[in-house]
Amino acid sequence: MNKQKHSPIWTFLALLVLALFLIFVVYPLVLILYKSVINPSDGSFTLENFTRFFTRKYYTNTLINSFKVTIVATLISATLGLLMAYITRQYQIAGSKWLNICIVVSYLSPPFIGAYAWIQLLGRNGVITRFINGLFGVTFEGIYGFAGIVLVFSLQSFPLVYMYVCGALQNLDNSLNEAAESLGASNFQRVTGIILPLVLPTVLASSLLVFMRVFADFGTPMLIGEGYRTYPVVLYNQFMGEVSNDNYFAAALCVIIVAITMVFFFLQRYIARKHSYSMSALKPMQPRAQRPLPRFLCHLFVYLVVLVALLPQLTVIVTSFLKESTPGIFTNEFTLVNYQTIFSKNPRVIPNTYLFGLIAIALVIVFGVLIAYLAVRRRSIITSTVDTLTMLPYIIPGSVLGICLLYGFAKPPLALTGTAAIIIIALTIRRMPYTIRSSTAIISQISPSIEEAAVSLGASELRSFREVTLPMMMPGVISGAIMSWVTVISELSSSIMLYRASTQTLTVAVYTEVIRDCFGNAAAYSTVLTITSVLSLLLFFKLTGRRDISV
Amino acid sequence: MGVAIQIDNVTKAYGKNIVIQGLSAEIQPGEFFTLLGPSGCGKTTLLRMIIGFNSIEGGEIRVDGKVINQIPTNRRNMGMVFQNYAVFPHMSVRDNVAYGLKTRHVPKAERYKRADEILKLVKIDDYADRMPTQLSGGQQQRVALARAIVIQPEVLLMDEPLSNLDAKLRVEMRNVIKRIQRQVGITTVYVTHDQEEALAISDRIAVMHGGVIQQIGTPKHIYQRPANEFVSSFIGLSNFVDAENQNGTLDFGCGYRVQMSTLRPDAGRKVCVAVRPEEFLIRSAEEPGIPATVRSSVFLGMTQHYFLTLGDEKEIEVVVPSDRSDLIPDGEKVSLQIVADKVNVFDGESRATVIREGV
Repeated sequence: MNKQKHSPIWTFLALLVLALFLIFVVYPLVLILYKSVINPSDGSFTLENFTRFFTRKYYTNTLINSFKVTIVATLISATLGLLMAYITRQYQIAGSKWLNICIVVSYLSPPFIGAYAWIQLLGRNGVITRFINGLFGVTFEGIYGFAGIVLVFSLQSFPLVYMYVCGALQNLDNSLNEAAESLGASNFQRVTGIILPLVLPTVLASSLLVFMRVFADFGTPMLIGEGYRTYPVVLYNQFMGEVSNDNYFAAALCVIIVAITMVFFFLQRYIARKHSYSMSALKPMQPRAQRPLPRFLCHLFVYLVVLVALLPQLTVIVTSFLKESTPGIFTNEFTLVNYQTIFSKNPRVIPNTYLFGLIAIALVIVFGVLIAYLAVRRRSIITSTVDTLTMLPYIIPGSVLGICLLYGFAKPPLALTGTAAIIIIALTIRRMPYTIRSSTAIISQISPSIEEAAVSLGASELRSFREVTLPMMMPGVISGAIMSWVTVISELSSSIMLYRASTQTLTVAVYTEVIRDCFGNAAAYSTVLTITSVLSLLLFFKLTGRRDISV
Repeated sequence: MGVAIQIDNVTKAYGKNIVIQGLSAEIQPGEFFTLLGPSGCGKTTLLRMIIGFNSIEGGEIRVDGKVINQIPTNRRNMGMVFQNYAVFPHMSVRDNVAYGLKTRHVPKAERYKRADEILKLVKIDDYADRMPTQLSGGQQQRVALARAIVIQPEVLLMDEPLSNLDAKLRVEMRNVIKRIQRQVGITTVYVTHDQEEALAISDRIAVMHGGVIQQIGTPKHIYQRPANEFVSSFIGLSNFVDAENQNGTLDFGCGYRVQMSTLRPDAGRKVCVAVRPEEFLIRSAEEPGIPATVRSSVFLGMTQHYFLTLGDEKEIEVVVPSDRSDLIPDGEKVSLQIVADKVNVFDGESRATVIREGV
């Protein structure tokens, strides 16, 4: 029997995956593109929506605002992330393992929770604001608008740069440092001439990820932006707004933002590919000893940054146990009333979150592993098409995906609007590319001859995949799944577009409670979310024995 | 030209764990000096003490008469070649080689001129504008070598520079290193665990084991007159046979006695004789000698290897030059004689040599 010819089951599976992607990703996206250039009255082709956007200052300003906050926040994140990574890798920082976990935790909470927590602290009636105003007799109005958005995004995004740069520094072989030293380089020359150029591509690539994430996020500017309107806010209002909602114009807005993120996506890939030095360290850098003063300053800096980054989480947890006198003003009285409210008001929120999350993760794993396997081992025109299509969700911002799905599945035969299914589909699509990427890496490390050995011993192709390749992949896949789980439960931007009362999840509940000024309930909801994330993370560290993660 | 290095009673400790205690050695100006030993013997630790990556907990190291213990690595003016080359991946070959001149503030034109000269010396000038990822392992190691010597260091240090290369390239690079070291005349300390490499490349070798130098000597001396049982078994192959020393005559029991002229007068009674495979002579069973049985044999063209067992089942390897005569068949009983002036004899207790100096 000729084993070169692959069993037809793989072709069938590839076609199935391709069909699903065409239905749930490509079709809604094409529909949006179509709507953006169609005149709703007579169905003719028009660019009216785009000219309307680009000729009105009101709209173009939001784009400029978005670029401004995003660029500034990205620069700050990159600087903070690089500094934090360098200091914690190069010097001995007491408790660095726990600091690392804290940084990851601060990254994994949804950005808008940071926004609302900072309002609690530095808003008009914020704790710190009142303290400062009382102390100096000034009337500081709190940080809203540009400063607020940048603050929240910077603190929320630097961990991403930090994690990537840590990884890069870990792959930097110490002998490069030693070679530079033996050639007469001073400490400063070594850092600027060797270390910095070597991690710069990583810094750039991760900064662009930050850029895309920040640019598309709407929750934060919505809450803390006030008059400072950014692009995603306008998009959301255009779509959900009660005042005006012009679906065709909203579609055009979706197309514009996808075009922008696409540019940055390809820029990111270009940089990551062109400038990555495939390094693997035999001996990673050893932490160096320091003199007392620099040692103290490094500790002070690192701890301060981590504390400030964690402050929103801490605020939320503390306020969840406090009584509110008027909305937003917490007394010092301990109470569990917030928790009683959230459990009685809409008891489905927490089960929804766990259920949707788990189903989405299961789907992500099954399809992610399958697609990765097909793309690496069963290369064909179909599988490469699938492989390319799976990159689409990287480019589509969550809110746009939500709108796409709403448009695409409002009518029979697939009337999914308002169902749990559509939320699960959105979560699955959002997370899919990350799982595919990590699974691809895992499969590439398994020698094909292992599977061939199984086949030579009489197993069928499907069986050798199931009994040999799959079990070998599982440890990596499971640890990836935990990280996916944590990101899925903190997802807001697509589910906010798709939810109904019956399909509310924790993040949506936090958001709607904040919008209604029910800060106590919001705090209780986010505490449940934070605790879930932290426990999942600890599980991840326990299972993998690792102290770092890649998202 | 080259400078001398004095390693004087140095100690290396990690906390309470002492790795090297009171080690001394003297390296001559312009010498190619090799630290040879099994992994974990302390050879790399000692090398890193010389370059300054490891601190020195006791004693001192002097280069050209100056104590260098407290001088930071980047001021020591030593070139180092690393096991994994450590070529900077973000710099072209020329920039890699010029880097050490850049840190010394040599003007740009001058440093490229000197870099190009060295690149020519190590025969890699065709690749000057390439990035390291486009180079093979051997080419990267040439870059690393050029980078280390272009700064005209007082001392060149090499940490297993050939162990990541394949066998053929290893021999080729070995000759490149030897040639360049001769040409530049720089004092070189070379670390390896490969005894053949050490024998081929060194002026002198220090054999290390357990943080202690067992013997320092020329390759020839170390091979032919090992200082103790460890050196004898680590360098080349040795068969060990117990014997009794009766006033300069070795008695192997079984009636085989050999008159020795190389033993020290104070040699003890119980000794161990180290016999290289080529220092045995195979004779017919009727002649005097240690009785043995041929178990198997391998024909390797130039030589013929026999694997035999002694009466006590001890396994012995013997090499004879191949000739026209027939092979000795497996199972044949023979007598083994030794070449008296070549074999080494160690004390039965201390395992140190009891051979006189200078023979």
